[in-house]
Amino acid sequence: MSPILKLVVQRLALGVLLLLAASVLIFVGTEILPGDVASAILGQGATEQALANLRIELGLNDPPVTRYFNWLFGVLQGDLGVSLSNRRDIAEAMSVRLSNTLFLAFWAAIIAVPLAILLGLVAVRYEGRWPDKVVSGATLATISIPEFLLGYIAMYFLAVQYRIFPSVANINASMSLGDKLNAIALPVLVLVLVVLGHMMRMTRAAILNVMQSAYVETAELKGLRSFTIIWRHAFPNAIAPVVNVVMINLAYLVVGVVVVEVVFVYPGMGQYLVDHVAKRDIPVVQACGLVFAAVYIGLNLVADIVSILANPRLRHPK
Amino acid sequence: MAETLLEVKNLRIEATAYPPGEPPQEIVIVHDCSFTLEKGRVLGLIGESGAGKSTIGLSAMSYGRGGVRLTGGEVRLNGREIRSAGPGVLRSVRGREVTYVAQSAAAAFNPAKRLMEQVIEATLHHGLMGRAEAEKRAVDLFRQLDLPEPESFGRRYPHQVSGGQLQRAMTALALCPKPDLVVFDEPTTALDVTTQIDVLAAIKRAIQETGVAALYITHDLAVVAQVSDEIMVLRHGRMVEHGTTRQIIEDPQEDYTRALVSVRSIEHEEKASAAPILTVEGVTARYTGLARDVLSEITVEIAPGQTLAVVGESGSGKSTLARAITGLLPPTAGKISFAGRTLTPKLEDRPREDLRELQMIYQMADVAMNPRQTVKTIIGRPLEFYFGLRGRARDERIQELLDEIELGKGFADRYPAELSGGQKQRVCIARALAAKPKLIICDEVTSALDPLVADGILKLLLKLQKDEDVAYLFITHDLATVRAIADSIAVMYQGKVVRYGPKSQVLSPPFDAYTDLLLASVPEMRLGWLEEVIENRRMESAGN
Repeated sequence: MSPILKLVVQRLALGVLLLLAASVLIFVGTEILPGDVASAILGQGATEQALANLRIELGLNDPPVTRYFNWLFGVLQGDLGVSLSNRRDIAEAMSVRLSNTLFLAFWAAIIAVPLAILLGLVAVRYEGRWPDKVVSGATLATISIPEFLLGYIAMYFLAVQYRIFPSVANINASMSLGDKLNAIALPVLVLVLVVLGHMMRMTRAAILNVMQSAYVETAELKGLRSFTIIWRHAFPNAIAPVVNVVMINLAYLVVGVVVVEVVFVYPGMGQYLVDHVAKRDIPVVQACGLVFAAVYIGLNLVADIVSILANPRLRHPK
Repeated sequence: MAETLLEVKNLRIEATAYPPGEPPQEIVIVHDCSFTLEKGRVLGLIGESGAGKSTIGLSAMSYGRGGVRLTGGEVRLNGREIRSAGPGVLRSVRGREVTYVAQSAAAAFNPAKRLMEQVIEATLHHGLMGRAEAEKRAVDLFRQLDLPEPESFGRRYPHQVSGGQLQRAMTALALCPKPDLVVFDEPTTALDVTTQIDVLAAIKRAIQETGVAALYITHDLAVVAQVSDEIMVLRHGRMVEHGTTRQIIEDPQEDYTRALVSVRSIEHEEKASAAPILTVEGVTARYTGLARDVLSEITVEIAPGQTLAVVGESGSGKSTLARAITGLLPPTAGKISFAGRTLTPKLEDRPREDLRELQMIYQMADVAMNPRQTVKTIIGRPLEFYFGLRGRARDERIQELLDEIELGKGFADRYPAELSGGQKQRVCIARALAAKPKLIICDEVTSALDPLVADGILKLLLKLQKDEDVAYLFITHDLATVRAIADSIAVMYQGKVVRYGPKSQVLSPPFDAYTDLLLASVPEMRLGWLEEVIENRRMESAGN
């Protein structure tokens, strides 16, 4: 087996293992939450008999290990269980929410990632001069401000004062793409501002690090333009650290958008999770946790694999 | 008279220095330098590190490395002043009229790009040729420079070819745009002596065949004598002497040049053999995870107060032998006896007395010392550790040691950063000496130093050997050093000792093939040496 294939397979196996460990943590975590699911469902006035019947029906009397494996096998077959609060199939309900969240994350990412890298390149090109200072300062400011505040500021100016975009980002399946994009403009803007700084600063630092290399001097002595040197000679050698931070931010766009979704009342995973935590709907919380863990681990796995592929020593062994 | 290509007039180069604990200072690194270079001529720039030779070489491209600034004078290339020219003019000059060959091709090639792409990049960028034509020229250059499989060589990545091949690829990169001038910045310094000669011959032939002019920068006078028409000797940023190569080598006018020419004039009488203090018997060692032995059945010995020189190219196992003897890499087979006792294989199991009597000095003096400790602390540590010396007794002994290594009283409170390369190595010697060892392993201790400084270190080591009766295991790739200090020699190749015995015997014919190659590859300071060696090799291969 080629060394690169071996490394990739190793990473994949590690990812699966990690996901399994995460599922245990999620299960244990929801298990030790205080309160009884049956009484949460039936409310204060339920009779002892009704509670006991419900516990048997839900399998709550089985030992935790048995319940864990039942849950795990269900998940492996695509059965995430049934919501306790409204008796609906979780997988079905969640697929709509997840696709909404991914829709939002996709548009935020497609703007933020190229923009962050471009700004990083610009900052390197004009290192220490005003474009660098402006870009670095502005992005530092946007990551320092809490995202809900950014959300309300954007809403105040763009929705209330100038009425360019709607303040509530409500979308549904019947809307056209243009309408949907108009609806999510504000949350996308806020998400872009939140993730931009991190990625841009990492790009800048990683490329500046490479700019010290002797081969950058070689390129300079070939008479190449600064931007050509940065793009063609420095950037390909800075891909690994940049990809890592990009993936962490993409994961944030899926997993960490709870606050932004709540601010803009967006029907995504974050809202879904918050609603069901309030209702003590354990199966939904577990399913959400598992999906978030999978997204996080999956994206970091991609980062690892891209880093491996970006290394010419591994790609082209002697 | 031939046409003038490069004319440097009253060049002044400055940089900002950041001395520890003081405000930044402006320092002048090149003072008032003037010279001219005609088309097709090769000028050698020679001097020790810090002499400003690379800085002057790069000034031909109007380039200042790091914070270096070209602040005064003129640099005229093809009649055009470029010192004060703007970035647009400089971009059109660099990579087209002047190109550059760096010291470490391994670092100067972009690891993420194929060689061909990098070799023809400047040619394409300046619009000198189309891609197909440029690639054809690159392949021709690869062939001319004796690179293997010239047709497909360019498809490889830098890490897929050897150091000597990379250095030749760098030369191809520099020659591809058909420049008027190439700046060679120590192109063979990082190579093994046996590889150096091939690269040197390839560079020389390429210069002759293309008729390009060159600035050839090196600290090795014997090397520059082989390739250049003229030599300029530099010291502390000033020109010492400038003349034809013949005049500089055969009739140097200045004292400093004379010292450079006569460097390595140390005479050392070989001592008679005696009962050994260190015996290495059949030692075999390998690194974990590696399939082959790095050392196989090494057997050598050292007599008290004598020097065994271990020579070989990089990867021959010289330093691994030192690691096996010190116990850092326990051998898989064989026995090491020291002062009548058998040494336990692992360092951790050795009694303190064994540690004390066997000391080590390293190639990189600056990384072998804690940068946050003063010289006093560094030398004082073995005094405390081995002899329990404290207070005045310790300070007095430190002073004695500083006297022995010819550094004055004021050095005790300095930090390593405040010492020159040679002084750092002296402190490392004092630290080893402080333990009163019977044997010191010296691992390439002079390789990173300038010739004159290295000479001083070797003289010091010989003096200390006489005074303290200490034995040396001297690891080096430099045969001149070996000649200067060894009593016996072990030649290593691919983990084996291929030749071993007293110096007089090892360095006299008949030679085995490898030792012969090694000896013939050491540059000699006379004109025509390179041609002779190449001619000899050709005749030998024709005879076979």
